[in-house]
Amino acid sequence: MHFPSVFSSSTASPLPTLSDSAMDPPLPVSSSEPPKDIFSEPPADTFKDPLNKTSAEKAASGGLSKAQAAVPVKVAADEELDDLFSDSLGESGAAPVTDAKIAPLLDLGEEPQKSDVIKKDGNADLFKEPLGAMTKKPQGSLFTEAKSEAKAARPEQSNSAAADLFTEEAFTVTPVVAAAKSSVNTSSKTNGLHSDEEDLFAEATVELSLDSPHNDRRKREAAKPSAPAPSLSASASTSKPQPKTLEELEEEEKEDTFDLNISVTNPEKVGKSTTSLSMFRSKQFTVRRRFSDFLGLYEKLSEKHAQNGYIVPPPPEKSILGMTKVKVGKEDPSSAEFVERRRAALERYLHRVVSHPSLLQDPDVREFLEKEELPRAVSTQALSGAGFLKMINKATDAVSKMTIKMNESDVWFEEKLQEVESEDQQLRKLHAMVESLVNHRKELSVNTAMFAKSVAMLGSSEDNTALSRALSQLAEVEDRIEQLHQDQASNDFFIFAELLADYIRLLGAVRACFDQRMKAWQRWQDAQNMLQKKRETEAKLLWANKPDKLQQAKDEIVEWEAKVSQYEREFERVSATVRKEVIRFEKEKSRDFKKQIIRYLESLLQSQQQLIKYWEAFLPEAKAIA
Amino acid sequence: MIISGLFKFSCLYKKVNFVLFFVVDQLRSVSVDLNNDSSLLIDIPDALCERDKVKFTVHTKTTLNSFQKPDFSVSRQHEDFIWLHDTLVETEEYAGLIIPPAPPKPDFESPREKMHKLGEGEATMTKEEYTKMKQELEAEYLAVFKKTVQVHEIFLQRLSSHPNLSKDRNFQIFLEYDQDLSVRRKNAKEMFGGFFKNMVKSADEVLISGIKDVDEFFEQEKTFLLDYFSKIKDSTAKAEKMTRSHKNVADDYIHISATLNSIAADDNTALKQHLEKFAELLEKLRKVEGRVASDQELKLTELLRYYMRDIQAAKDLLYRRARALADYENSNKALDKARLKSKDVAQAEENQKQCLLKFDKLSESGKKELTSFKGRRVVAFRKNLIEMAELEIKHAKQCVILHSTCIDLMDSSFIFAVVQVRGRR
Repeated sequence: MHFPSVFSSSTASPLPTLSDSAMDPPLPVSSSEPPKDIFSEPPADTFKDPLNKTSAEKAASGGLSKAQAAVPVKVAADEELDDLFSDSLGESGAAPVTDAKIAPLLDLGEEPQKSDVIKKDGNADLFKEPLGAMTKKPQGSLFTEAKSEAKAARPEQSNSAAADLFTEEAFTVTPVVAAAKSSVNTSSKTNGLHSDEEDLFAEATVELSLDSPHNDRRKREAAKPSAPAPSLSASASTSKPQPKTLEELEEEEKEDTFDLNISVTNPEKVGKSTTSLSMFRSKQFTVRRRFSDFLGLYEKLSEKHAQNGYIVPPPPEKSILGMTKVKVGKEDPSSAEFVERRRAALERYLHRVVSHPSLLQDPDVREFLEKEELPRAVSTQALSGAGFLKMINKATDAVSKMTIKMNESDVWFEEKLQEVESEDQQLRKLHAMVESLVNHRKELSVNTAMFAKSVAMLGSSEDNTALSRALSQLAEVEDRIEQLHQDQASNDFFIFAELLADYIRLLGAVRACFDQRMKAWQRWQDAQNMLQKKRETEAKLLWANKPDKLQQAKDEIVEWEAKVSQYEREFERVSATVRKEVIRFEKEKSRDFKKQIIRYLESLLQSQQQLIKYWEAFLPEAKAIA
Repeated sequence: MIISGLFKFSCLYKKVNFVLFFVVDQLRSVSVDLNNDSSLLIDIPDALCERDKVKFTVHTKTTLNSFQKPDFSVSRQHEDFIWLHDTLVETEEYAGLIIPPAPPKPDFESPREKMHKLGEGEATMTKEEYTKMKQELEAEYLAVFKKTVQVHEIFLQRLSSHPNLSKDRNFQIFLEYDQDLSVRRKNAKEMFGGFFKNMVKSADEVLISGIKDVDEFFEQEKTFLLDYFSKIKDSTAKAEKMTRSHKNVADDYIHISATLNSIAADDNTALKQHLEKFAELLEKLRKVEGRVASDQELKLTELLRYYMRDIQAAKDLLYRRARALADYENSNKALDKARLKSKDVAQAEENQKQCLLKFDKLSESGKKELTSFKGRRVVAFRKNLIEMAELEIKHAKQCVILHSTCIDLMDSSFIFAVVQVRGRR
């Protein structure tokens, strides 16, 4: 298409002043829209909106020749028009119906909100498209795929929209609560994401029923925010300016309710590294981040919060081997799997960060999610000076850990630490076993494929026609079963093994927070010792009768007394935080495991159901052998 | 049928000893279709296994008066079966028949290997895991044992249902003689002789395979069997591999389940019961998956393996016929030569006549045998494939029930969501 490039140049180009001023006009329009009912007056909206925007567009693309600017405007207006029509029709055909159904059910189906939701949907797609335009080149095919997926995903989407409604209602009740929702856009260029996506939907509902009763943090995997009607996606480019306006919108609305919705999408291979996009939904926001940026975020967070006894969720590990594979191999399935694995891991990581009440407040987190350009995280490289320093630090930490002998006063901590350590061991063992299950299942899949081929050959040389047919049918069945095993193997991996890997890492973080507590204790003890020494010197001075130094010594004692009490308070505070954090962690873990186990069982259940189908289809064939 | 047995295995250097007694009702699963001639009925109702020596009780019920009693049983070992097979193969009279393939030697290699592993891993495993592995091992012994009994039984049943072979003297001795047959094992020389014979045979096979057959039927059969044999051999190997890896998957479930249990034991949160349920489910799944694997083995791999050997027997028949044909052609040439020299003409004529007779006889019975073989094969495949499909469905349904009940048990608050998800899919 011709237009996307034009528009993308205006949106994506880093011309903040120009685009900002250009984007201003549409802002009031869109911000004033939500209360309006989109159903009752779609034409008004559609006319007003695109025209405004296109005029803004004109202003923005002042550098462009008039003719050039004029053409897109016209076409864009047209397109926007009919597709918004069709969209609103489509929405009222599909989404609103379900909305209407669900909303009253949940007893919060107020009209304005509903329209708001729908608008959000619209925005979501509009928003998604520009991404495509920006990253247009590498993803040409990808996006068509995304569209079709979105099409398929539509009904679910409307449901999740209703789910959004629900959380919003919750906010109005308790406005302080920030809900972190996340939407997952699995339209990456990796393979086999369809099934993944289905699971995500499953999760969406699962979470809903779990969380809705209590009003604490809700992290939710919602369906893809974008469910464009097929026609809509074609014109999405016209409304590209909107994201910018929404950004500002977000700034305003953030104060009362902020509704976090993060997803890591479209991992793409850019030169050397995987870039990821994450999205701020509802007040949409998209940024591109490198993998090292995620690591950098962790560095910053752990620097600030770890010493206070917070459990800072660790990011996935760097994998030089996997990365080199991605760099070297082009469309290798294993590298695609690697990218998908990393994408999912990063997404989970971000969820864990934003679902933490204190970390969410951190400016670095916001910056990470919002800021267009992030200074490159240098210290995260595996082979760098900083990395080396870190290694040394770690080593000294380990040594000091061993030398510190803490006589534990609190049994709770002692027991917990032991629990965590034994759990770590067990999880590692379990992880190894699940990995071996994955491998065995992959092996089974390969062997099944070979058997299928072999049986097909046997069938071709069989001279009895009916038996020959049955054998080739058997080959087909085995072929399908092979696919089933393969899918199950990736489910084993993504649902089960990755969960364990995450928790092994998290348990490391839990241990680190215990270490922090120990360090705080050590500081306190050191201070006490120091105070003791100072007191001794004072006594000595008193004995030696040196009044000139006595005053200084007394001052020092006062100083150290203050320090001791300060460190003691600090230790108490860290202890309290650790305790709170561990309890929170356990709660989260319990929920996570439960959710994942059920998801895993669901996947097993599904593959068994498929198995029944396949064999039942085969049975008459076998009986037909005469 | 009831199999009872006694396993005594010991792994000396690790002091792993266990004895396994069992009495099991075996499902009758015969992979060859046999005509229901009630004049001679044979089964193996009982077998005793000690070390890798298996003693089969061969039970015969007959109305034939060539036997002294109508109902009797004898005890036989695997070697006796091999002897019977070899004597049948060597009998000139049966050259035109497909001699049922001898049952393979009882193979306890895989369970034994596992036992070694178990012995080595005893220190690293939890008690629970060890018990489970032992159970698994016992189940595997049982499966191998069952399979062994089955193939031996089938061999005898094939013989008994054959019109000619059932009247064989050696066969009747095998069934009736109530003392130990004390078959001498082949000594080294004989072993070597057998090996040499095989070599000669395969060389000969290559030589005479060049001769174009006069009979269209046999020519076709030959190409078909050769092709089919290589294919079925491949399939057998692949099927074996497949079932083995399926068993590995089932074994993994044991370990995961045991580890989950020990995690659950340490856990005091609400997660405990979920982990326990999950572990319990995996434990059940292990059994089902194991059964899927062993049923696949019994219904599919064994079928393929049996027919692989049966086809080998049919190929042997073709070889014998081709040999006879070659002999006949040679005798023709000899006769021509004798006539030319007018020396020993009568003897050569006689020889040629003999050869022709033999060849014709072979061709005739061979044709009959091959045709019946074809029918038998199709019927057996049908039966086994149907049974396998039914078993697969049965097991998968059981899995579905296990899964759904487990999911339901996990949390009642989840049911709502699950139902919703299912409805949507």
